[in-house]
Amino acid sequence: MIEVVELSKRYGDRSAVEGVSFTAVPGQILGFLGPNGAGKTTTMRIITGYLPATSGTVRVAGFDVFEQSMEVRRRVGYLPENPPLYDDMTVVPYLRFAAKLRAMKGGDIPGAIERVMQRCALDKVADRLLGHLSKGYRQRVGLAQALIHDPEVLILDEPTNGLDPGQIDEMLHFIKGLAPNRTIVLSTHILSQVLESCEKVVIISDGRVVVEDLLSNLTRGQRLDDAYKQAIAGA
Amino acid sequence: MRTLFTIAGRELRSYFSSPVAWVLMAAFLALGGYFFYALLTAFNQMLMIYSMMRNPEMIERFNLNDMVMRPLLQNLTVLLIFIVPAVTMRMFPEEKRGGTYELLLTSPVRVSDIVLGKFLGGFLLVLAMVLLSGFFGLLLIAYGNPEIRLMLTGYLGLLLMATAFLALGTLISSFTDNVVIAYVGSLFTLLMLYTIGWMSETLQGPAAAVIRYVSITEHFQEILKGVIDTKDLIYFATVVVVSLFLTHRSVESVRWR
Repeated sequence: MIEVVELSKRYGDRSAVEGVSFTAVPGQILGFLGPNGAGKTTTMRIITGYLPATSGTVRVAGFDVFEQSMEVRRRVGYLPENPPLYDDMTVVPYLRFAAKLRAMKGGDIPGAIERVMQRCALDKVADRLLGHLSKGYRQRVGLAQALIHDPEVLILDEPTNGLDPGQIDEMLHFIKGLAPNRTIVLSTHILSQVLESCEKVVIISDGRVVVEDLLSNLTRGQRLDDAYKQAIAGA
Repeated sequence: MRTLFTIAGRELRSYFSSPVAWVLMAAFLALGGYFFYALLTAFNQMLMIYSMMRNPEMIERFNLNDMVMRPLLQNLTVLLIFIVPAVTMRMFPEEKRGGTYELLLTSPVRVSDIVLGKFLGGFLLVLAMVLLSGFFGLLLIAYGNPEIRLMLTGYLGLLLMATAFLALGTLISSFTDNVVIAYVGSLFTLLMLYTIGWMSETLQGPAAAVIRYVSITEHFQEILKGVIDTKDLIYFATVVVVSLFLTHRSVESVRWR
């Protein structure tokens, strides 16, 4: 469960996000849409506790992001826009490092690594340096890192970025498989991906939420890209 | 605490998985070896000249500690001014550039674990360098008879200098996402700290005393003389603790801005 209420972020005079509110519930993938520079990454960074908000509140799994940051960080898996990889490490030591950062018990780590490597299909590149991996594999290692501690909340910033069409389908299918008992927010600017994977849509433009609705309501009687264009134009 | 060691371990491994650690150690030891050789040759030559002049009083005053070890350790600290910033320059800039900073700061990890972990990783590398440079001391013990206690105190001084440099370098690296700025900023700070004592010679009164206290060289000189005074130890501890405290603040500031 993620509740974002009246969230604002200003950098000096410039406002990146202004009065953003929305709710994401478990079992439902929320597609976070908007043009480049609309404030998607900023909002996600605030939800994960990387950036502080200027005003507003965010609650993740019942904990306040600002007041109980540690509790939130324990429960969130986060794939930033650029996968956070150490290029001089190979896959397994990197995942072990990520698991230890998440304060996992030593005994649980090997099993967790095996599980995410299998789920993200990383066996073939297990011994390769992360710096030598293709964009698609880098993205998958980034996702494996976010999943290692089996978090109840997943924040994925453009998870399909840089993947080829086959890989995009695979990735979305995979994320859908994670949804049943998790709260997932997935940002993208590619509408067809939303149709394929999300139940709920939040459209953000110029730092403000212009649409928050179920996908099925939004596409009733019109195509998603028309609804999207209308929403952006109206903002 | 466990996370601290996890971060220190990754830091240390990243030094050794690239040629960085090897190049830095090789440069430090090769130049150190050259200084050692030059000082020892000069010592032998002087000794020979005074022996030929049959001047026993002068020969009495010949001393390996004063004429080889002390200048060698002094030269090694100058080398560290250039080498330690190369150890610390990647600490934070690489994380920020590579996006891994987001991983660290969104994981349930305390900022103090990040700062101390990185510092500890760097410290182990610098400790290895100082220990390896102990080889020069061992050579003197094997072939001459220096005063061992004095030599050990000197190496302790070298390690204290290295640790203080490392803490300052860690702080400066936390300010930027650019390795060149981190290197030059640290180099500048360390050189200032090393040479600020020069000012005290032209100043008088309390200003001179303050500058003498701030100057890291003053404290190092005392230790080189074989005197381990609490006031010098407190000085080094203060530099390390204050630098790391400010680093903590600087990392945390991402969360206030």
